[in-house]
Amino acid sequence: MFDLDRWREIFQSISKNKLRSILSGFTVAFAILLFTLLFGIGNGLQNTFKNEFAKDAINSIYIWPNSTTKAYKGHQIGRRIQFTNDDFNFLKEKYSDKIQMISPRLQRSVKVVYKTEEDNYTLRGVYPKYDILESAEVTEGRFLNIRDIKEKSKVVVIGRMVEKDLFGQISAYGKQLNIGGIMYKVIGVFSDPGGDGDERFIYTPFSTMQQIYGNNDHVDEFGMTYNPELSIDEAIAFSSQMHRELKKKHEIDPNDQRGIRVHNYASENKEVTGMMVGLSILILIIGFGTLIAGVVGISNIMVYIVKERTKELGIRKAIGATPGAIVSMIMLEAILITAISGYFGLILGVGILEVTGPSLEKYFILNPGVSTPVVVGATITLILAGMIAGYLPAKRAAQIKPIVALRAD
Amino acid sequence: MIRIENLHKSYPIGKDSLHVLKGLNLHIKEGEFVSIMGSSGSGKSTLLNIVGLLDTHDEGKYYLNGQLIENLNEKKAAVLRNKFLGFVFQSFNLISYKTALENVALPLYYKGVARKERLEIALEYLDKVGLKEWANHLPNELSGGQKQRVAIARALVTKPKVVLADEPTGALDSTTTDSVMDLLKEINDEGMTVFVITHEEEVAAQTNRVVRLKDGVIISDELTQVETKTAKAI
Repeated sequence: MFDLDRWREIFQSISKNKLRSILSGFTVAFAILLFTLLFGIGNGLQNTFKNEFAKDAINSIYIWPNSTTKAYKGHQIGRRIQFTNDDFNFLKEKYSDKIQMISPRLQRSVKVVYKTEEDNYTLRGVYPKYDILESAEVTEGRFLNIRDIKEKSKVVVIGRMVEKDLFGQISAYGKQLNIGGIMYKVIGVFSDPGGDGDERFIYTPFSTMQQIYGNNDHVDEFGMTYNPELSIDEAIAFSSQMHRELKKKHEIDPNDQRGIRVHNYASENKEVTGMMVGLSILILIIGFGTLIAGVVGISNIMVYIVKERTKELGIRKAIGATPGAIVSMIMLEAILITAISGYFGLILGVGILEVTGPSLEKYFILNPGVSTPVVVGATITLILAGMIAGYLPAKRAAQIKPIVALRAD
Repeated sequence: MIRIENLHKSYPIGKDSLHVLKGLNLHIKEGEFVSIMGSSGSGKSTLLNIVGLLDTHDEGKYYLNGQLIENLNEKKAAVLRNKFLGFVFQSFNLISYKTALENVALPLYYKGVARKERLEIALEYLDKVGLKEWANHLPNELSGGQKQRVAIARALVTKPKVVLADEPTGALDSTTTDSVMDLLKEINDEGMTVFVITHEEEVAAQTNRVVRLKDGVIISDELTQVETKTAKAI
């Protein structure tokens, strides 16, 4: 029900008492402004962390062989461990429920020629979905698929920097590339948040690479991502178990830390997640602190306003205002002022973040900003606070006998 | 119109209580112009507050327009005030940020009268108190007498049964006092019951009936010369 008359009465009361309205509005606007700024900066810090970590999938595990440092079961110290396709099948089958994707990898430094341009790059033979592991994003064409593996196709997916180095402005997609003397077709181009280095890789089907370089069943290393449903602790347990099993399979002393190396991002992830959680809590505390300060501010002002208006309220009651009319008038005023000034503070805060955001990157604050639900939530909180803050003194004012109110000066 | 029987009122002061009204009996008929006289502390303001439903009584009976006033909550009191009573205060009690017209129209707002209509009615009443030209002035731009006229217009705008005036001339000089009293008399002549509280003999002398109050009891209740004259004239 929209009662124009009531709003007219309220607008008049607000606009004719400017100082009072501005004072209370300022408190709310300032609280929301601070809230927006602090929350935004906090989010910026979080974004920086997330970005640092986005270079590879956060659930990746890498396994690569090394030389043993302990004699075991008749094997000499310093034995070079070599992974094979058998290890790949072993891992894939044994841990199918815990692995999201797994790929063997072969890697060679190769000379790549396109027309007159040439340079050395790292050629990697991998399985499809390897792009997930690297957090690479195919910007043109496609990544390798299972047919490429089966058919041992001579195709490559090249990094953005390879395209830039060799092709300049033109698109590499569909072109033939001479890699180590063999012609490959470029079926895709990718970008990688890991940076220029990661964008100078060239991916080719693992089977193609295995056939051309060595013609055996050797595997350099494995990369995989674990099932994202695993908790971080479960993921760490999983990689330790895998480590043990592989050592057993290759007859390496269980205490030999060097025979096979495993790097699980989950352990790092655990630390960073802990830090992020800490940061979130800090942001939350700061945010709530600011809000509470705002709530206290608006409450104080409401108490003052009602006090100041005691006489006016007494007059209104003497000429026939019911207590309900008094309470609703004061509360609607409070809501209107908090809503408008809260919105003003929000716009100001977002504006400041928008303007200063880019220059804050050197302080590890990336894309500072607040999500709309958070801000709307904060504003609603303040409006509610304004209501509650307005309600108690308004209720009290409405209960003061008009005669007492009229006597007040 | 107003009937009071054995009315008592005490105010608590710390652990003790101050017995202000000690069993008043008063009957004011419709169309009377009554003044309550008494020095400060005699209980006259307390009486007006009770009659005006601004305060409650402890003991006794109070009938307003034939209706027994008891167990009145704030909301009912507000409705009754709005319907039956118009107030004029010593300190005018106009709302400072509203114009004369808006002040007069305010009781109608609480009565639920539409804006356009209530401004029209308010202007009519301002005209009646001779302040039509001052309708859009704020109270601080008006003289004391003008403010009191606005307050009287505000008291009348809801067409109440009784106008209650608490020291209406207390803050005015003698010339303005006379003009305000003339206005009240005029209203009374139109049939309105007017109930004035004062400590000034000259003011009381202009009403038709003077009730003298001392220490919470009525010591005299008599008709004035004016009343007798009018009565004779009739």
